[in-house]
This record gives sequence, C-alpha cells and structure tokens, in this order.
Amino acid sequence: MGEIKAVVTMHKQQVGGGAPIFVADNVKQMEETAFLLEKLLDAAVHDLKNGTFILVKHK
Amino acid sequence: MTAFLIENKYTVGIMLGVIFGLASRILMLRTDYRQYPTYPHGRIIHISLGVIAAALGAVAVPALFNKDYTAITFLTLAAQQFRDVRKMERDTLTKIDELELVQRGTTYIEGIAMVFEGRNYLVIMTAFFSSLFAISFTWYYGLAAGIVSMIIVLALRSGKSISHIASAESVPVKQDGPDLLVGDIYIMNVGLKVNQELIAERGLGVIIKPYNPNGKATLSNLGQRQAILYDLSTILGVYRDDGEPALIPMAKLDMRDGRLAIFLLPQEKNASKAREIVLRVPILESAVRMPTEAKVNQQEGS
Repeated sequence: MGEIKAVVTMHKQQVGGGAPIFVADNVKQMEETAFLLEKLLDAAVHDLKNGTFILVKHK
Repeated sequence: MTAFLIENKYTVGIMLGVIFGLASRILMLRTDYRQYPTYPHGRIIHISLGVIAAALGAVAVPALFNKDYTAITFLTLAAQQFRDVRKMERDTLTKIDELELVQRGTTYIEGIAMVFEGRNYLVIMTAFFSSLFAISFTWYYGLAAGIVSMIIVLALRSGKSISHIASAESVPVKQDGPDLLVGDIYIMNVGLKVNQELIAERGLGVIIKPYNPNGKATLSNLGQRQAILYDLSTILGVYRDDGEPALIPMAKLDMRDGRLAIFLLPQEKNASKAREIVLRVPILESAVRMPTEAKVNQQEGS
C-alpha cells in the first residue's frame, strides 16, 4: 500500500488533507521541489496531470 | 587386490558409497551468476554436509545387513539435520535479501533452500545404492549403481525455465507524458522530467507471452515475477540506487490476456540479451500452477 508523503502543486485550491502541501509558482519550481523531496523522502513522484505532483512511498 | 576387495566387502561398500555420494554433491554444487553458495566458505559448508550425508547413506547398508535395525533410525536424525540446513539457508538468504537493490523475493529463496535440502537426500540415495550393490553383490556392481544414480541425480538437478511455458520478445519502452508503458501494457506513472529522460535513454522492456493457462497462472505469481527481475538485474546490472524509488524495475500483468511486461533499467542495455535471460529464468517450484490438470478443465477439453 502506498502512502502520500507530500504534495507539490501549482493550484493550492485543488488540494487539501493530511499530507504536507508545497506550493510552487511554475512548472520548473514544481519540478525542482519534487526532485528534492523525492531524494529526501525516498518516495516516488507521480504526476496527476493537473499541475499537481504527489510523493508516494510505496510499501 | 581382488581378494582384498572381496574380503573387505563392507569397507569397500562404505568407501564407494561415500565417494559416489560426495561426487554427486560436488556435481550438484555449482556457483553460477547468482554467486550462491558463496565462494569459498559457502561451498565448504555444503561439501562438508555432503560428506555427512554420503556417510549416513553408505553406513545404513552394513547396519541393515548386520540386522542392526535400530541404526536405521539414525536416518531420521539426518532428515532433521537437513531440514535445519534448509532453515539455515532460508534465514541467511532472507537476511541478505534485505540489503539487495533488487530483491530475490521469498519464493525464490524458498526454492533455493528447498534445493539444498533435496540435494542432500539425493546424496544419501546415491551413497545408499552404491553401498547396497557393492555389499550385496561385488564392488563393480556398486560402481555401476553409483554411476547410474549419478545420472539420475543429474537428470533431477535441472528444473524447467520460462522458455518452456512462454515466449518472450523485447519491446520498446513508451512514454506518454508521465505514463510509462512497455508495448501496450501500463507500468507506472513517472512524475519527474529527469527520471522520464533517464528512462527514455536507458529503459528496456520485455513482454512475456504464456503459451497456455498453466503458464498464465505461473507467470502471474508475484514470486516468479520477482525472480525474473532479480535474474535480469544480476546479469545485466541495474541502474539504480537506494533512495531512487522511480527507477525500480517492475513487472506488470496485462490482466486481459495474461501477458507479463517487464520494465528494467540495466547497466548494459542489450535487448536481445535481456530476452535470452528472461527465457532462461528458472520456474520456481512453488510458483507452478496447473489449472488444466483440474477435473473440471479436463472434462471440458475432451
């Protein structure tokens, strides 16, 4: 079972809930934040295709 | 010389038994690409256990001839001993597996452990038969029995491989935005551009197509899939590190027709070799399923 460790988004109003949310202004910034978080959290970045990335820790 | 051999029937029988038993153990002990058993100490352990097994098998015969029936109960001790060997192998491999970049998986480990136990019994069998024939007839019958047993042992050594149940072809890895596909089978969602580029550059895909329902059921076993990934990563190398969850090799099933798609980032990108390796992956005993053998399916077929 995967677990959402963090959310990186450009649209703050679209997300909410338990995981920490990181807001980015543009795609480049979002990519960079997600990249860093991937290394830090050891969680995979998945693209929800709506301007939001989620970091999921699998198993 | 011949007189000596006839006079010391028991000694000769036991010696022959031990020699053939040990020879068959050494014959069955191969350290290949998996580097297991490890060299040299892992091998020493198994050769020593082989000597014990061979001695037990060989000594059982004179014990029977002397009507020393209680001595046979010793064999139960041997069985206990080799069950412990299996447990030891399982424990060691499970511990080691935790620190592998691509894991063997418990089914593979159980398979290896089972093989170690089973092979010790084969050693006992070889030793027993060569000793039996040498003692009840003459030494050269023992020799012949030993050789025949070794041929049987050789035949029992090799199991089947994926090529017996399925065909494989290497297919390109496709990326549709963050979606990653091998052929037409969806694998996973890769979010980061960096990883997508890496996968486009180094990714390798193989699709395994089972021949029949038995193959389908076997391939769908998660342990069997992990074994395929493990073998591929061991031989081709794996382009990944700890803390890189997006670069993990994966095997996904096309649920409609039972085809299995393998995605891998190898160190050495060689599609034809990957296909070859997949076909040679051993079928794990515990993963084998035979739905066509069921009564309901047989009635339907005939």
